[in-house]
Amino acid sequence: MSILIDAWTIAWKDLSNELKTKQTIGMMVIFSSLVILVFSFAFDPTNNMVKAVIPGLVWLITIFSGILGLNRSFLSEHENDCLTGLRSAPIDPSSIYLGKVLANFIVVTVVQVISIPVLFILFDYRFLGAILWFMLIVIVGTFGFIIVGTFLAALAANAKNSEMLLPVLLLPLLSPLMIAAVQGTRIVLENQDISDAISWLQLMAAYDLLFLAACFFLFEFIMEGS
Amino acid sequence: MKELGNMLELKNMTKILGDKLILKNVSLVLNKGETLAVIGPNGAGKSTFFKCTVGLLQPTSGDIIIEGQKIQKNSAEIKRKIGFLGHESFLYNTLTPMENLKFYGKLFKVKNIDEKATRLLKEVGLHYFKEIPIRSFSRGMMQRLAIARVLLAEPDILMLDEPHTGLDQEAVALLNRIIKQKQTNGTSILIISHDFDQVHELADRVTILNKGRITETIQLTSDIDLPKMKDWYAEAVAQK
Amino acid sequence: MSKVSGIIDKLLFFTLVPSFFLALWLVFIWSPVERVMGAPQKIFYFHVGCAWVAFLAFIIVGYYSVRNLIKPNMNHHIAAGISAEIGVIFTTVTLLSGMIWGKSSWNTWWTWEPRLATTLILWFIYVAYLFVRKMEGSWENIARLSAVFGIIGCINVPIVFMAIRWWNTKLHPVVFGEGKDQSGGGIAPEMLLTLLFSIFTITVLYAFLMRKGIEIEKMRDTVRRAKNRAISRLAS
Ligand SMILES: Nc1ncnc2c1ncn2[C@@H]1O[C@H](COP(=O)(O)OP(=O)(O)O)[C@@H](O)[C@H]1O
Ligand SMILES: [Mg+2]
Repeated sequence: MSILIDAWTIAWKDLSNELKTKQTIGMMVIFSSLVILVFSFAFDPTNNMVKAVIPGLVWLITIFSGILGLNRSFLSEHENDCLTGLRSAPIDPSSIYLGKVLANFIVVTVVQVISIPVLFILFDYRFLGAILWFMLIVIVGTFGFIIVGTFLAALAANAKNSEMLLPVLLLPLLSPLMIAAVQGTRIVLENQDISDAISWLQLMAAYDLLFLAACFFLFEFIMEGS
Repeated sequence: MKELGNMLELKNMTKILGDKLILKNVSLVLNKGETLAVIGPNGAGKSTFFKCTVGLLQPTSGDIIIEGQKIQKNSAEIKRKIGFLGHESFLYNTLTPMENLKFYGKLFKVKNIDEKATRLLKEVGLHYFKEIPIRSFSRGMMQRLAIARVLLAEPDILMLDEPHTGLDQEAVALLNRIIKQKQTNGTSILIISHDFDQVHELADRVTILNKGRITETIQLTSDIDLPKMKDWYAEAVAQK
Repeated sequence: MSKVSGIIDKLLFFTLVPSFFLALWLVFIWSPVERVMGAPQKIFYFHVGCAWVAFLAFIIVGYYSVRNLIKPNMNHHIAAGISAEIGVIFTTVTLLSGMIWGKSSWNTWWTWEPRLATTLILWFIYVAYLFVRKMEGSWENIARLSAVFGIIGCINVPIVFMAIRWWNTKLHPVVFGEGKDQSGGGIAPEMLLTLLFSIFTITVLYAFLMRKGIEIEKMRDTVRRAKNRAISRLAS
C-alpha cells in the first residue's frame, strides 16, 4: 500500500511541476502537431489514402512525442543526483518506477487529448467509429508504451547519449504492441467487426500485464548502483 | 553526555568496483551519541564507504549492524535511521525549498511536515527564500537546504560527506551549531571532512581511511590540540 | 581445467571442418534439386541453419543475463556479449538469405512472413543490446543493465512472432500461409537429412566461434587488468 502512496508522491512531484511550467506538455503538443504537419505534406490530406494512414499516425505522434517526455523523466532526476536522493529514501525502488509510469502516462494522455483531435481536423477526418472502443484501445496501447518506455528511459539514463539510445532500445520492443494498436485502431475507425479489435485488445492487455510485471520486478536492478 | 552501546557497527566491509579493491576489510564502531570523523586523502574510498553503509552501493562483503541488529540488503529501515548528506544536494532545481522539503518529508513519512519544514528553513536561514525555486541558489544556500533535508527526518545517525565544502564562515558556524545541537540530543554522527579545524571542533574521535583501509584511530581528548592532530595525521598518512 | 577445455576446442574444430565440407557436398551435390524452385532452393539449408543459431544465440544471451542478475560474474557477462555478437552475424545472414530466397521464389525482396519479420526485429534488439553494452561505467553496472535489457528482449521475441503472425493471417490470409518454405509440406527425405546436417554443422560453428570469442575477450580483459595494474604501480 505504501508503495502506491510513495509512487503517487513521486508522480505528483512531476505533475505539479508540469502544471506550473507546462514545458514538457507544451513541447510535446507542438512536436506532435509538427509531425502531423509534416505528414500532411507527405500524404496529401485531400487524397483518399488518408483513411489508411490515420490509424498509423495516431500512434506515430503518440510515440514520437512520448519519447520526448520519457527522455526528460529520468534525466531530470540526474540533476543534483536527485535519483540518489530517492534511492536513499526509505521507499521501495519499484515505487519510483510506478510513480514515473503514472506521471508519464498522464502527461502523454493529456498530449493525446489535444493532438489526436488536431490530427483529425488537419486531415479533415470524420470520426465515425465507436468512440468508446477507440478510447479503450488508445488507453491500453499508450499504457503499454509507457510501461516499457519508462523502464527503458531509466535504463538509458545511465548512458551519456541517452536521448539517442532510448528510441533504439524502445522501438524494437514496442513492435508487437504497435502492430496490435494500429490494427485495433484501424478496425475501430473503419467500423469493422469489433470482435477482431477485441482480440488485438487482448494481445495488448497481455503485453501490458507481462511487461508491467517484468519491469516492476527488474526495476530494482536498474536502480542498484555499483 | 555519552551513552553506552553501539549505534552502528560495520564488520569487514569490502567493496570491489570494476577490478579495483576500493574498501578492504573496513571495520568500525560508532557509539551512541558519538561523533566520529573520517579523514583521509582524496580517492581513499571515504565516499564509497558512506554509500555502502547507506545502501546506495552494495558492499561486496561485510555486515552492517544497527543497534545490535544485522541489516538485510536494501532495507528501508536503515534508510530511515540514517540521514545521508552526499556530495550532491539531491534537491530539485525546479522546486522551491519548501516544496523540496515537503516532498522528501512525505517519502520519509515525516509527521507535521509543514511545521518542521518551516522551523528548519528558519534554522538554516533560508526562510525568506522559501518560495523561490532553488535553481538560482548559490552553492552555499543549496548546501544549507541539503542539510535541512537531511535533518527533516530526524535520523538517529547522521552521515555527512564533506558538509563544510562551499560554505562561507557564517554558514560554517551555523552548520557547526546545528551539529552540536544534534550531539546534545544524542544523535550519532559520522562526518567526512578535509577541514581540520572543524574536525577538531566537532569530533570525539578521528579515524583515518587511507587507500581503502582504516589505518589509525585517535580519541580527541583535551590534551590533543589542533597542531598535534595535524601532525598525527601527516605521520599516519606518510607511513603507508 | 585448461587441458579439458583444450580438448573441447580440438574436438569442436575437428568436427567442424569435416562436417563443413560434408554439409557443402550434401547441399550442392547429393541432395536433389527442387522441382519448382530449382537451384535457389539450396539457400534454404543455410537460411534455416543460420536462423536457428540466431535464435539460439539469443536464448543463450537470455540465459547468461539471468545468471548475471542472480550473481554478477565476469565470465557470464563476456559469454552473453559474445553470443550477442555472433547472433548479430547470423541474424544478418538469415535476413540476407531470406531476402534472396524471397526474390527467387516470390519475386519480392521482402515479405512480412512472420519468421523473417521476427528475425528483423530480433536483429534490432540485438543491436540495441550491444549498444547497452557499449555504455560507460564499471563492468558490473553494464553487466546488470545489459542483463536486464537481455531479459526484456528475450520476453519480447515470442510476442513479436505471435503479433506478426496474427497480423499476417488477418492481412493476407491467402498469399502467405503456413508451409510456405517447404518445412510444413512434403519434403524429400534427402532434403530433410541435408537440412538436419547443415543445422548441426552451423550449430557446431556457433559453439566454436563462441569458445574462441570468449577466449579472446578474456585475453583482452587480462591485458586491460595488467595495464591498469601497471598504471597504478607507476602512479604510486
Ligand atoms: N563508479 C566507479 N567505478 C570505478 N571506480 C570508482 C567509482 N567510483 C569511485 N571510484 C574509485 O574509488 C576510489 C574512492 O573514491 P571515493 O570514495 O569517492 O574517494 P573519496 O575518499 O575522495 O571520497 C577512487 O579511487 C575512485 O577512482
Ligand atoms: Mg568523496
